[in-house]
Amino acid sequence: MTLDSKVPDGPIEKKWSNHRFNMKLVNPSNRRKYSVIVVGTGLAGASAAASLAELGYNVLAFSYHESPRRAHSIAAQGGINAPKNYANDGDSVYRLFYDTLKGGDYRAREANVYRLAEVSGSIIDQCVAQGVPFARDYAGYLDMRSFGGAQVSRTFYARGQTGQQLLLGAYSALSRQIGTGGVKFYDRREMLDLVVVEGMARGIVCRNLKTGAIESYIADVVVLATGGYGNTFYLSTMAKASNATAIWQAYKRGALFANPCFTQIHPTCIPVSGDYQSKLTLMSESLRNDGRIWVPKKSGDVRIPSQIPEDERDYYLERLYPSFGNLVPRDVASRRAKEICDKGYGVGKTKMAVYLDFADAIKRNSKQWIEEKYGNLFDMYHEITAEDPYAAPMRIYPAVHYTMGGLWVDYNLMSTIAGLFVIGEANFSDHGANRLGASALMQGLADGYFILPYTLGDYLAKTKFKSLATDHPEFKKVNTDVTERVNKLLAINGKQPVSEIHKKLGKVMWDFVGMGRSEKGLKKALKLISEIREEFWNDAKVIGETDNLNIELEKAGRVADFMELAELLTFDALHRKESCGGHFRKEYQTPEGEALRNDKKYAYIAAWEYTGAGKKPKLNKEPLTFEYVKPSERSYK
Amino acid sequence: MNFTLKIWRQKNQKDAGRFEMYEVQNISPDASFLEMLDVLNNQLVLQDRDPVAFDHDCREGICGSCGLMINGRAHGPGRKQATCDVRMRIFDDGQELVIEPWRAKPFPVIKDLVVDRTAMDRIMQAGGFISARTGGAPDANSTPVTKENAEESMDAAACIGCGACIAACPNSSAMLFVAAKVSQFALLPQGQIERKERVQKMVIQMDKEGFGNCSNNYACEAECPKGILVTHIARLNREFLRAKLV
Ligand SMILES: Cc1cc2nc3c(=O)[nH]c(=O)nc-3n(C[C@H](O)[C@H](O)[C@H](O)COP(=O)(O)OP(=O)(O)OC[C@H]3O[C@@H](n4cnc5c(N)ncnc54)[C@H](O)[C@@H]3O)c2cc1C
Ligand code: SF4
Ligand code: FES
Repeated sequence: MTLDSKVPDGPIEKKWSNHRFNMKLVNPSNRRKYSVIVVGTGLAGASAAASLAELGYNVLAFSYHESPRRAHSIAAQGGINAPKNYANDGDSVYRLFYDTLKGGDYRAREANVYRLAEVSGSIIDQCVAQGVPFARDYAGYLDMRSFGGAQVSRTFYARGQTGQQLLLGAYSALSRQIGTGGVKFYDRREMLDLVVVEGMARGIVCRNLKTGAIESYIADVVVLATGGYGNTFYLSTMAKASNATAIWQAYKRGALFANPCFTQIHPTCIPVSGDYQSKLTLMSESLRNDGRIWVPKKSGDVRIPSQIPEDERDYYLERLYPSFGNLVPRDVASRRAKEICDKGYGVGKTKMAVYLDFADAIKRNSKQWIEEKYGNLFDMYHEITAEDPYAAPMRIYPAVHYTMGGLWVDYNLMSTIAGLFVIGEANFSDHGANRLGASALMQGLADGYFILPYTLGDYLAKTKFKSLATDHPEFKKVNTDVTERVNKLLAINGKQPVSEIHKKLGKVMWDFVGMGRSEKGLKKALKLISEIREEFWNDAKVIGETDNLNIELEKAGRVADFMELAELLTFDALHRKESCGGHFRKEYQTPEGEALRNDKKYAYIAAWEYTGAGKKPKLNKEPLTFEYVKPSERSYK
Repeated sequence: MNFTLKIWRQKNQKDAGRFEMYEVQNISPDASFLEMLDVLNNQLVLQDRDPVAFDHDCREGICGSCGLMINGRAHGPGRKQATCDVRMRIFDDGQELVIEPWRAKPFPVIKDLVVDRTAMDRIMQAGGFISARTGGAPDANSTPVTKENAEESMDAAACIGCGACIAACPNSSAMLFVAAKVSQFALLPQGQIERKERVQKMVIQMDKEGFGNCSNNYACEAECPKGILVTHIARLNREFLRAKLV
């Protein structure tokens, strides 16, 4: 398959505006005649569904949640980027573009990243207009802070609840449309498959989680905004229900899956404490603005932190990266934490943690100042660990957090299936091999508010649609496939709860496909994953009935797909014989332990094509060319 | 730690429902309340019994999905906590825990501890927004907001829509939830244009859904995981009166 990125011609600053002019428009009075399915109503989906309905399209929105406000986006803490340059510190669209591309270790498409930076300012305007209560300074203007990988203050925030406030903004716009009938919202519906008719995405098949009914829905286009697949690792900072089923089934119906191995491990999370643990909690990156990361210089030092004098502490990030210090990008900070703990310098009971210390900031400003900025995060830490982070440093360790990989999309956000658009974390675009902090919210909203509404219109205007009904053979077939899959899960009748098997999968992924990947480890992982899959299909216990709410059945379907995706993820990691961003292959590093890219051989997007059950996926390459920013070794020294 | 659990079981909306007793053993004091229920559910699955359905997702107190009555208290005995924030260390070893769903007429039970809270969404759909369509918004810094108002607006906006205020209220009143949204927008310049219309529409929908009246019981504030204050209800009342007068 040849991959056409459809990046428009012209200089980078002009591409998007030229493209907008060249796109075909749908006459306002005709828009009502088109229907759009939007699966997922997190930031990306809610903003898209609301904006499309405002334009006049007939929108059907789906979510497995009872309300759009429950989507995983709600949990984002730290902030959202935009190069407003309100701080007068030298920010610009070009700088955000540069930082994002470099932060992604030169594995993203230049034109997409530029467009993202270009529209991001409008997002802040839009959100303020909706009544999002961003933080303000004493003069009443918007306040900003800094995030990793940047030396300017461009991150807008609403306390430690930025994702919540942005999602509630998008949710309010969506609610308004639901209220006026522009959007029909289907709650507690899980999309289990995609219906492709004559090469075009024309509908979905869902399970109604309340009644168990398998339902089919038709539209002219389908938009997936279903979020990331971090829960493949079982323990992650993702919400418990976040899953990959929608994008995975779309992959099996012909959409390519790009860069699945680009997963992000976030450096500042509360360390794992026990076997019962069901998820990990993030401590926002914004804490690195004022917190200093350190470990004792002496390995195995058991003194309490306050008794370790200044000169016996190793502020290793400040030592290794004097210019960015504690604000190096996530991949770098995570890898360094793992490395120092592996060498035996870790702290706490498990020795798998480092300190994040606010003593200096408290001394410099005041406890109250810290409370105002980070109060809810400190409370959260206290609640979980029963320790007071104002009195002693926090203990943190990296955890799986975000997935840069996802379904391949072109510049118009359309996948390799005509009429299947993918937005937000579910697609692969923009972040390359590592995402900078505060950029996911930006990307989800850019896609939903300001990009998709144009590109989707262009597709509608250029395409002829046959009218269809759910008794079309293809709909019937997919409906039967889904029903069979559900019945197959219920028929396993083994001896292990689904979550126990998921845990095993997660452990393999974390140990061998996490922060330090090697050929040997990855090969071992492939073997173990296939054994776990076998175990699942023979020994999982999926209890209950199909005709009502069945939490075990929901979990089982998701885990079945995670296991297949885990294999592709590992496969991709094995094939990419270089280190870049979050993908760190032990064999490929510089003498200082930094990621060693191989631009000659791997400056491409790896887009995998499904070739059938049990068959090897086919690799398609979209070469990456850099006209504006020349790839260099990413230095944060 | 060991616990005896008395849990509400109800197959579906039509089923009458009943309490059933369970035992869980060896629970870590650091485990969360929901993790304790995970342990119970794995136990039930292995015994071929239907696991207890409960809503949850973020497990860090922000999505508003979780919501259980624990020993008669919405989100358990702690202050400013969602059910998922509750850790087992706050209970006594061997204690009996009575676990029920939110009980309110507008919240029909879907199964066991899962209720349907879409009535709250319908209140939002009636008017809980500023009608700013995508595109054309002025530069964000062109509308300054005093820090004071921004902070208070944010305090109100912190509501997670969990419904604890409603479950805790003897009248199943949704006033605190509605007041939080009305306050958030009433405090911002952007919210002024639709100020009257918004409060009226939201209150009308609230009544239509069958939520009760506020009788100044203040159970809502006591159980709210996000510390939303009843002073917002006072503002709601003022806003509502003001809207009616003109
Ligand atoms: C703890 C945490 C903190 C974060 N902090 C920040 C931050 O400060 N700044 C930042 O920029 N980013 C942050 N991120 C990342 C960011 O929050 C996410 O990448 C982003 O919100 C994803 O938005 P989304 O709309 O793509 O997906 P989601 O919000 O995950 O929404 C997915 C939607 O799809 C629905 N769905 C999924 N599958 C199906 C299906 N099969 N059928 C029906 N519906 C389905 C869900 O119900 C949901 O509505 C953070 C992430 C985490 C985990
Ligand atoms: S006001 Fe408090 S208790 Fe009521 S829904 Fe909001 S967060 Fe929950
Ligand atoms: S699970 Fe999200 S608030 Fe409790």
